[in-house]
Amino acid sequence: MKVRLLDIAHARSGDKGDTANVGVIALEPRWYPILARHLTLDRVREHFRGEIDGPVERYELPNLHALNFLLHGALDGGGTLSLKTDAQGKVYSTAMLRMVLDVPDGEARAAELPGVTSSPSFTRSPKE
Amino acid sequence: MSTRTGGEGSARIVRVASGQGFWGDWLEAPRRQAEGGPIDYLMLDYLAEVTMSILQKQKERDPAMGYARDFIGAVESVLPAIAERGVRIIANAGGVNPRACAAAVRAVAHKHNVSDRVRIGVVTGDDLLPRLDALIASGHPLANMETGEPLSTVRDRVLSANAYIGSVPIVEALARGANIVITGRSTDTALTMAPLRHEFGWAADDWDRLAAGIVAGHIIECGAQCSGGNCLADWRTIPDLANVGYPIVEGRADGTFVIAKHPHTGGRISVASVSEQLVYEMGDPKSYITPDVIADFTSIHLEQDGPDRVRVFGITGAPPTDKLKVSIAYRAGFKAVGTLVYAWPDALAKAQLADRVLRERLDNLGLRFDHILTEFVGVSATHGHLAGEPHDPPEVQLRIGVRGADRASVERFTREIAPLVLNGPPSVTGFAGGRPKVEEIVAYWPALIDKTQVQTAVEVLA
Repeated sequence: MKVRLLDIAHARSGDKGDTANVGVIALEPRWYPILARHLTLDRVREHFRGEIDGPVERYELPNLHALNFLLHGALDGGGTLSLKTDAQGKVYSTAMLRMVLDVPDGEARAAELPGVTSSPSFTRSPKE
Repeated sequence: MSTRTGGEGSARIVRVASGQGFWGDWLEAPRRQAEGGPIDYLMLDYLAEVTMSILQKQKERDPAMGYARDFIGAVESVLPAIAERGVRIIANAGGVNPRACAAAVRAVAHKHNVSDRVRIGVVTGDDLLPRLDALIASGHPLANMETGEPLSTVRDRVLSANAYIGSVPIVEALARGANIVITGRSTDTALTMAPLRHEFGWAADDWDRLAAGIVAGHIIECGAQCSGGNCLADWRTIPDLANVGYPIVEGRADGTFVIAKHPHTGGRISVASVSEQLVYEMGDPKSYITPDVIADFTSIHLEQDGPDRVRVFGITGAPPTDKLKVSIAYRAGFKAVGTLVYAWPDALAKAQLADRVLRERLDNLGLRFDHILTEFVGVSATHGHLAGEPHDPPEVQLRIGVRGADRASVERFTREIAPLVLNGPPSVTGFAGGRPKVEEIVAYWPALIDKTQVQTAVEVLA
């Protein structure tokens, strides 16, 4: 089943030089294993393809039911060099939450995930 | 020493309140923290990465400047708490001129006839600018942590260079009786950890407790950003943001603490709000490096401890490295950003045509820039292509910026925006702000230096 990240997680992002960090936190602790299994480095790299120039790093914080991603080359040089509206990466958080995860039905039921998305136009993967 | 708010013994609580998360934060916050309930320390964080260079420019114009002037008003607004209730202030408001900041604070205390009850501690030693050439000559390249380039490549454009210093000199100032401690480029987290370390006598190698103090500092260093401000989780239900309560650390000797706020204030302190702040600007969570200790953010545990209270426990730390981070600012050319608003119908297509016309004109003028960036605000400025195709929005803001080494070229660019109102695509407005301003770029150069090269000093002014 398709699960909107927005429905199972919240997030905050910030900057360090030209790198944006995005912390993604499960809205319910029991949903963290879904994030840990399905919000993978490959999926996040694919999601931001074309938006960032550098590699992506991924860290797990099971204690906070959270994942931390570093998106390198995300801020047009970063800090005062950047010409972007979001020069400090403040809203990469919600760009991340546009993702839709493919979660096996059984797993989604076991974790008591909220309803299935019925609006595929909510987000587009770069390939669509 | 004044009596702490939380009684004595092992259950003793020391309250460190956050009153400012950056230079430009809410002017009301320090006074509200001092008057809204019991606190022992008021922590005010003024310095961001490029703030030091702005202050350095101010000091060059006037040797009595170079500190965060907001701080003087903040101190004035909380003088009764300092003089009558023993609240102590810790702030990195000193910028590149902590002594001048101290002189201004003394003047305010004198004006209100409380000079005898104010003891100012001044922490110096972070400023490396006067020693920069000697350091480079003696084998400290101060290489850029991101690019690896040695500082010598931009040496002639350096405006400021400050080592991030830790809790030790602040603890010393407190131990010597200072009730207003002013530092330069202290780490944000040291401003909170130092009073806890001072009050509880944590040893220099008590890594877990020092790390707990650092985590407490990280949670409250951005002011209300942990107490309901900028909080995405359940944001519609966060009450009374107009009256938002800034956070308070209720610290205990064992290194556990509670994040709380004063009663009758707005906002929300929840596991969700604190978690959002914990992941803010995070790198490798196992290795949050500070001058005093390396904190492990994967050891942090949170639990709700009643309404608007979150208990934080379980934190572990490890010995720090033998380096200090250095914040260097240098001149890096010029930039300008211009905007115009295009209205329905076909607002995006009009803005896109205007962008093409403008770029062709810049090209025809022979202007060359290091970088030109176009954004369509309302369509793709914040989420790029992830936002998908727009559905004929009522308006789109064209936002175009240029960056380059040549000031005259950037200046000429700023003259090319307004003409588009009459000689470009139709349905354009929103030019009331006038011609864009050319801004000199002061860029950030992060580096490392051996700890042995940085000696801090503490003066306590009687």
